[in-house]
Amino acid sequence: MTKEKRNLLIAGTITGVVSVLLVLLGNPPNMGFCIACFYRDIAGALSLHGAAVVQYARPEIIGLMLGAFVISLAKKEFRPRGGSSPMIRFVISFFVMIGALIFLGCPFRMLLRLGGGDLNALVALAGFIAGIIAGSLLLNRGFTLGRSQQQTPLEGGAISAVFLALLIILLFIPSLLKFSTTGPGSMHAPIVISLAAGLLVGILAQRNRFCMAGGIRDIFLFRDSTLLIGSVMVLVSSLVMNLVTGHFKLGFAGQSVAHTQWLWNFLGMALVGYGSVLLGGCPLRQTILAGEGNSDSAMSVLGMVAGAAFSHNFGLASSAQGTTARGRVATIIGFVVITAIAVVIIQAKKKEAYNGN
Amino acid sequence: MEIDARGLSCPQPVIETRKVLFESVPSVSVLVDNIAAKENVSRFATAMKYDVSVTETSYGWKLDLQKQ
Repeated sequence: MTKEKRNLLIAGTITGVVSVLLVLLGNPPNMGFCIACFYRDIAGALSLHGAAVVQYARPEIIGLMLGAFVISLAKKEFRPRGGSSPMIRFVISFFVMIGALIFLGCPFRMLLRLGGGDLNALVALAGFIAGIIAGSLLLNRGFTLGRSQQQTPLEGGAISAVFLALLIILLFIPSLLKFSTTGPGSMHAPIVISLAAGLLVGILAQRNRFCMAGGIRDIFLFRDSTLLIGSVMVLVSSLVMNLVTGHFKLGFAGQSVAHTQWLWNFLGMALVGYGSVLLGGCPLRQTILAGEGNSDSAMSVLGMVAGAAFSHNFGLASSAQGTTARGRVATIIGFVVITAIAVVIIQAKKKEAYNGN
Repeated sequence: MEIDARGLSCPQPVIETRKVLFESVPSVSVLVDNIAAKENVSRFATAMKYDVSVTETSYGWKLDLQKQ
């Protein structure tokens, strides 16, 4: 076993265990981490949407980003980069969030739901893989968002500063923020523990280039399982932890913060996989890259926050009762918009290559 | 032969490298400027039975791939 694989094995295991511990300490079921849900909760805390049950400035996200920021500085891997189609990244991320809130989870939570016995996540995993394969085919046909350029440390560090400010507000002037009193937003581990968990997983994810989409993509593109080991270990360790603590519940119906509409669980996560591959990483990876100074990924973060706000303001997000008609339409629009963007880019590339020759 | 993958986000450096390696060239250099690209291209090249030697440069790294 290579050193890289061994490190991913350890990091994935720790991440899975920490995720279940967060649930034991108060987070919603199978939601030790959920990058999409947590950006949604942050959007709510900032009054960007009015869904009273999902408002909380999740310290896990702040920890992930600041953990990646600090460790990348310490390891001299903080590289301010940006300028690779920021607006297109915003749009794709917007729809990645719409898709995630149709399924009710990002790829990270999909694994945690699977580890908790939620079989709806298995359907979503199939969709996620299908989306990744579709996105990979576009990459093979020449899809690109263009090259990034070097940026100033200020540009690279700006998003981390924003989240540091959010942390300061959460700790010292919480009256500025909204806090759910019922629903998933009201369920959370103590702030300090959530923050510490975020920092730890943020550091592990930065060191190991953890990516939920990347693992499946590498298998498809060149039959390499290295990156996938991280995801598999998150699943295995959360499964074991749930079995040990009696939180494992196998089945489709009655799962927490989940619905059973299989087609939309499949399509929602397919949209997430599709967009994530074109962006170059899942929502977790975008968060870590943003911390490392990548301002294109910072735009992805903002796109996800905006997507979450729109999702709740316009009734697109699913609930335990299932999807909404508007949400289903928005999912289809997401596929159409992302595909249209890809077609335009690929055509332009072809023309460029033709003129070049 | 040289592939300039600087500024490309993951996994494009790997895809660009793959296109070239699939033509079974004996050797190729890949320029990358981020760590994920460096590691992903190295991992891919090793899987394709190429030796990888890494040189640090002002912009990032130059990876020299040589068919084993």
